[in-house]
Amino acid sequence: MTKNTKTSTSKVPQIGKIQIELLEKLCNAVAVSGDEQEVRQIVLEEVKSVADEVKVDALGNVLVTRFGRGEKRPRVMLAAHMDEIGFMLVKDDGGGLFEFVTIGGIDERQLVAKSVLVGQEHLPGVIGAKPIHLTKKEERKNTLKIDQMRIDMGLDIGSQVKIGDRASFATRFELIGPSIRAKALDDRLGVVNLIELIKHSPDNIDLLAAFTVQEEVGLRGARVAAYAFDPDMAFALDSTPAMDLPVWESDDNNVNYNTRLDQGPAIYLMDAATIADRRLVDLLVKAAEAEGIPYQFRQPNRGGTDAGAIHKSRAGIPSISVSVPQRYIHTAAGLVRQDDWVHTLQLMHAALSRITSDTLKR
Amino acid sequence: MRDILPFLKSMLSAPGLSGFEGPIREIIQKEWEPLADEISVSRLGSLHALKRGYAPEPRSKLLLSAHMDAIGLMVTGVQDGLLRITEIGGIDDRILPGQLVTVHGRTDLPGIVVQPPAFLLPPDAGDGPVARQYLLVDVGLRPKDVAENVRIGDLVSFAQVPLELSGDTLAGHSLDNRVSVTAVTICLEILQRRLHDWDVWAVASTQEEETLGGALTSPFEIQPDLAIVIDVCFAKGTGGSDWRVLTLGEGIGLGWGPNIHPALYKAMEEKAIDLEIPYSRDLMPRMSGTDATAVQIVREGIPTAVLGIPLRYMHTPVEMVSIKDIKRVGRLMAEFISDLKPDFIESIKWED
Repeated sequence: MTKNTKTSTSKVPQIGKIQIELLEKLCNAVAVSGDEQEVRQIVLEEVKSVADEVKVDALGNVLVTRFGRGEKRPRVMLAAHMDEIGFMLVKDDGGGLFEFVTIGGIDERQLVAKSVLVGQEHLPGVIGAKPIHLTKKEERKNTLKIDQMRIDMGLDIGSQVKIGDRASFATRFELIGPSIRAKALDDRLGVVNLIELIKHSPDNIDLLAAFTVQEEVGLRGARVAAYAFDPDMAFALDSTPAMDLPVWESDDNNVNYNTRLDQGPAIYLMDAATIADRRLVDLLVKAAEAEGIPYQFRQPNRGGTDAGAIHKSRAGIPSISVSVPQRYIHTAAGLVRQDDWVHTLQLMHAALSRITSDTLKR
Repeated sequence: MRDILPFLKSMLSAPGLSGFEGPIREIIQKEWEPLADEISVSRLGSLHALKRGYAPEPRSKLLLSAHMDAIGLMVTGVQDGLLRITEIGGIDDRILPGQLVTVHGRTDLPGIVVQPPAFLLPPDAGDGPVARQYLLVDVGLRPKDVAENVRIGDLVSFAQVPLELSGDTLAGHSLDNRVSVTAVTICLEILQRRLHDWDVWAVASTQEEETLGGALTSPFEIQPDLAIVIDVCFAKGTGGSDWRVLTLGEGIGLGWGPNIHPALYKAMEEKAIDLEIPYSRDLMPRMSGTDATAVQIVREGIPTAVLGIPLRYMHTPVEMVSIKDIKRVGRLMAEFISDLKPDFIESIKWED
């Protein structure tokens, strides 16, 4: 039965204390690809009172449906991934030292001398490094390889930690000036935005929200979620690098910045996994311009989002991605502007509100 | 004895880079004031605390020297709202990318050390470890606000919060050498209940990581008969397992080498054996890399010993120490001092 059983909440979603606290809780949770339980629990708790249907599927995706009202409502899928990059402990060297591997794309040079949280109990550990005093100058010219590193849990750790346990960076969420510094902003920003969009779902569409798993290891959750929802169109809500830093000793402009902070949500045109549906590009641009919401186009280049799996699902699903620009993505500490977060949420709500059965007409 | 951890953790959260020890000195001074008879600050900023002995005057004097300064970074430039940095103390550039830091501008600003993508750097500069000159610090503010809040010369401290790990271990930044200040504090506390003969001068020294300035000047003023220098030594962890490393949590280091007077070494060793405090001979074949290098040659020379607290991952923000080892060093010093006879100095001589 497709009927709206929940009362409609307020119109345009806002970012206030409640949303910031929710994002903090989401970022501080640990949910490495394949072990998304902690974020899934938060999502289920948040959506249960506003969803018309909630399901956890075979891979662990949370699939939420919120029906609109009236006739000919387009079925619109929104995807945000719950998983984050991280580590798995793979060998116990004894003495509290564990060999580990990365899950998702992490630059080895970002690992050393960081603190981590291990296992469901979030036990603290550190990734140690040889003291500078014991290294030779030549040696310091070489990148430290992950197989030279260990996660150190301290003495007498016993059986509290075991191989197979996941770990994440230990960075705590912090508001700094106009910015947010946290781990896992990729893609807890998408998750918090999707929760808010469910709570403020416009009546003109059926909102099909997928909180996906395993994005960082190959867009696997999105694939089965898209199949299950069988939507008319889809939006992936994600976060994308802002490489808007100066060029070394040069007056040249940085021409490969991908996105820039403070320029608003990044609308995708093309990445390595998806060519954005032009009709959805137009929808987003018109919504932004009508509402006076800043936006930027993400430079067409590398990378990919859940849209890469979704658009090839079944007989094909017109898809696009919208991301919050983020500096230092896939490191211990990412940095985003709060304004870019707010504008991304506003843009998505404005765009969804404008979707009609004509949106995909050629 | 009371729990020493809150004091140690409060020191780890306080700035105090070499040459800028004010904030850390205030914390130590507050802790030492009730434990000392006199307290003062040297011309170079070292903290001197005198705990008077009970022998008739003139009394012999023992110096306990633990440096309180920490390694960190300093702002060298501002570009597009991002900061360029240099080091204070020895830092392996490879540990910097992704570190959380606090920039001490007009206010304290949380920041991140940034490794720019290779395409923004000169050819080859971005392939392996990125040299410090290319790294940036981002404080999350817009360029105009950065310009108003940060200047060249502002200090940058590591911001890793102290972590209590398994087996009575603690990880964090600046454990080198705040753990030794903690050991000295433990010693002073034990001495409150002892009728020791010698005057004890506890010094939290400055600038060890850069110039040894504190260690050269405080003994000049105090003129001790003997000196014990307390610092961290290498503990086996990831990487580094040659003759220079000790085992974490399994006893303290007794420095051995040209900076150390062998008779004083022997006296410390005998005391450790007496007390059943496990120790290893910490080999320092040339310079000790501690305050002892300076203390030993002040005025006409001072017989000096070095006590080491084993530490993993030295000069990173995740240095790791065993609390047990800190207490061992504090206790060894206190017992050694308690048993010092007024004429002990007569036994510190060359065997030939």
